[in-house]
Amino acid sequence: MDAILLVEQALNGLQFGLMLFLLAAGLTLVFGIMDMINLAHGSLYMVGAYLAATVATATGSFLVGAAAAVVGTAVVGMLLEVTLLRRLYKRDHLHQVLATFGLLLMANEAVRMIWGPEALSLPMPEALAGPVEIGGLVYPAFRLMIIAVGIVVAVLLYVLVAHTRLGMLVRAGASNREMARAMGVRVSTVFTLVFGIGAALCAVAGAMLGPLLAVQVGMGESILILAFVVIVIGGIGSVRGAFVGAVLVGMVDTFGRTLLPMSLRAVLPPQIAGNLGPALASILIYVLMAGVLFWRPQGLFPARG
Amino acid sequence: MSDLLVIGGLVKRFGGLAATDGVDLAVGEGELHALIGPNGAGKTTLISQISGTLAPDAGHIRLQGQDITRLTMHERVARGLARSFQVTSLFRGFSVRDNLALAVQARSGSSFRFFAPARNERALFEEADRLAQRVDLQDRLDTQASVLAHGEQRRLEIALALATRPRLLLLDEPLAGLGPEESARMVALIESLRADCSLLLVEHDMDAVFRLAGRISVLVAGKIIATGTPEQIRNHAEVRRAYLGDEAVGA
Amino acid sequence: MAAGTPLHHAVRWALVGPALVLLALLPVLLTAIDQPFYLVPATRILIYAIAATSLNLLVGFGGMVSFGHAAFFGTGAYVTGIAAMHGLQSAWLAWPLAMVVAGVAAFAIGLVSLRTRGVYFIMITLAFAQMMYYVFVSMKTYGGEDGLALESRSALGFGLSLKSDTTFYYVTLVLAVLSIAVLWRVVNSRFGRTLQGIRENEIRMEAVGFPVFRHKLAAFVIAGAVAGLAGALAANQTDMASPAFLNWHQSGMLLIMVILGGVHSFLGPAIGAAVLLLLEEFVGDMTTHWQFYVGAVLVAVVLFAPNGIATLAVRRSRV
Repeated sequence: MDAILLVEQALNGLQFGLMLFLLAAGLTLVFGIMDMINLAHGSLYMVGAYLAATVATATGSFLVGAAAAVVGTAVVGMLLEVTLLRRLYKRDHLHQVLATFGLLLMANEAVRMIWGPEALSLPMPEALAGPVEIGGLVYPAFRLMIIAVGIVVAVLLYVLVAHTRLGMLVRAGASNREMARAMGVRVSTVFTLVFGIGAALCAVAGAMLGPLLAVQVGMGESILILAFVVIVIGGIGSVRGAFVGAVLVGMVDTFGRTLLPMSLRAVLPPQIAGNLGPALASILIYVLMAGVLFWRPQGLFPARG
Repeated sequence: MSDLLVIGGLVKRFGGLAATDGVDLAVGEGELHALIGPNGAGKTTLISQISGTLAPDAGHIRLQGQDITRLTMHERVARGLARSFQVTSLFRGFSVRDNLALAVQARSGSSFRFFAPARNERALFEEADRLAQRVDLQDRLDTQASVLAHGEQRRLEIALALATRPRLLLLDEPLAGLGPEESARMVALIESLRADCSLLLVEHDMDAVFRLAGRISVLVAGKIIATGTPEQIRNHAEVRRAYLGDEAVGA
Repeated sequence: MAAGTPLHHAVRWALVGPALVLLALLPVLLTAIDQPFYLVPATRILIYAIAATSLNLLVGFGGMVSFGHAAFFGTGAYVTGIAAMHGLQSAWLAWPLAMVVAGVAAFAIGLVSLRTRGVYFIMITLAFAQMMYYVFVSMKTYGGEDGLALESRSALGFGLSLKSDTTFYYVTLVLAVLSIAVLWRVVNSRFGRTLQGIRENEIRMEAVGFPVFRHKLAAFVIAGAVAGLAGALAANQTDMASPAFLNWHQSGMLLIMVILGGVHSFLGPAIGAAVLLLLEEFVGDMTTHWQFYVGAVLVAVVLFAPNGIATLAVRRSRV
């Protein structure tokens, strides 16, 4: 019985971690290659979820909704890059933070103007709405699909970064920005493309998590901060670091939330345990981050010397 | 001549490469000791370990008999070990006077004083003025550091280190990028510093090194291959080979 | 600019004097024009002026772009609320306690985050502030996600009551003037000069013998404690310790106040607080989507008036 609980929690943690990875990967790529911190990254996740919910409801097909979200969000991301964000690459980080924070405020209100203040629901594909049973474990099919999608995207990203010309530029950018500039081969197109990829990854996460969470204004913000924690742990600019960091954070957070209150209840009076458990569980990943920083200030996989 | 700085068995590895490979070095009280070596010999790595920005993997560094191997840079400065940087490092936005007054403040009492206006501490600024005089910047006291000419910036760099009243001053390529006139001025300044402190000079300009130094150590591939008077070094077969080889290929 | 950035920041009494007189007379003036309810937003502006000025000690004078200042503001608010719940209502005890706890939180967070620089520092302060948010929100005894209602406003004694808007205004004004004056002295002290040197060139500071980390940590603690005081006042004004005080939007807004007003002037952040909150007050009356316009202004300022906000502090925020 306990083993089944553990497996279930592990799957939940993996699922959460993979979705975090989708956001963190985009962030870390944008940071690594363009030296840019983008607070509006979470807004792309929100836009993706809204697009998916709208199109899926209109067409009745989750798949069409998800596809439209990915394409639409990538387009939005690239438009943003071309019109606005590329002007910020050479600016210092405080300016980037302020401009993208402004962008985030605008995105929140724009979504509110278009879709109204109420949360939308994104229906699950019917075929995957039920549970499946694997060796005594009953687990939602949709969540399994999220894990599968996450793994497939992670593998695709790995291939892209490790084995393509674009990936080579990305790696060069992350480890040696000057060299990337010196290579000079249509760098601006590469930047736009990378931004589009980052936006598309956000949309994938938005469409996948939409049926599980409420599609609402501000949904991208807490997950954005978690994505920051992930890339700080993994090392800014490193996709591999983002993957390891994301799965680590997903696991620690998920297990912390179940195991910690449980074990506290066993040793402490319920009143104290009831307050302390969730509080401690919620700071666990930040303690993890602090620990990593203490031993490795540049993260687990520093991309630059 | 008693030894002020003693380095023994110092090792620093980057990956498989030993950038500092068992260095022994001693700088005597009142000595002007030059450290030379071809590019990539590990001079900057060595200086960084002495000044405290880089931790060695093995070996020890002693100043006046005290082990300083594990001290931070500011703790070493407090014990009398100051440095200048190869790439000028100033408070570029501040005036020359404020640059120097800030450096004076570092060694004249605690800076955890939160209430009294520092501007009223006349001693800081008088000392700053004296230091400016020392490096011939007394006419530039109110000028912002970033608009000084390169040679002036190099002299301010030295004055910032002097403000800490060092016993031993590490000069990392003080002549880098200077024209002949400014070079001569800097050489004269360095010569005058001998009255105040011992010096460890890293420099590529061989004319200056052989003119200034009492002793010279030659660093090649992370090892000291020779130490001696300028005369001894000039005639040292191994040094000539290492150096002439480098000159022929490189610079 | 040839003489360089002055390290000493003199008070321009020609401006500050009349402003102080105006602020002191504001309740009378507002009553005279029959708009006394503007005293509440005016008090709010003063509270945020304290918080923004404290943040500017880090951003403008120390070159530390902290995106987590709300953590200390919110901690101050919660400490006041929790103290009141447990019967500690005297402002003379609760508010200093709020400052101490916020300072201790700043010490702990600073100890880890100040080991990093640039963009890491921005992200880590943001993350730790979010951690504080979750800590307070997860404590069901203290209101959880609904926030902690203040059972009664802090007690002042001397026959004064914070229930009166006028009294509250004057108390806030006195504390704002006091804390800003103290911060101003700090900036001009030896410590303040050291801080500005660190902003300008950290390595050089270390190389002339300053224990840089300790100075940064001390600044972080001072700024955190002062923000805690602002939080204690905010809890009293809204009659609750709200999770919104700890939200990262709050950190963002504080940073915007600092930048709008200009980091290079000591009173800039206070002016920035006034500008942003007045914008909220008036644009908020016209449209519920006022944040859209705040965002647009922010983007426009960064894009088209970078020199308006480009400062000394900011140069240091690069990795």
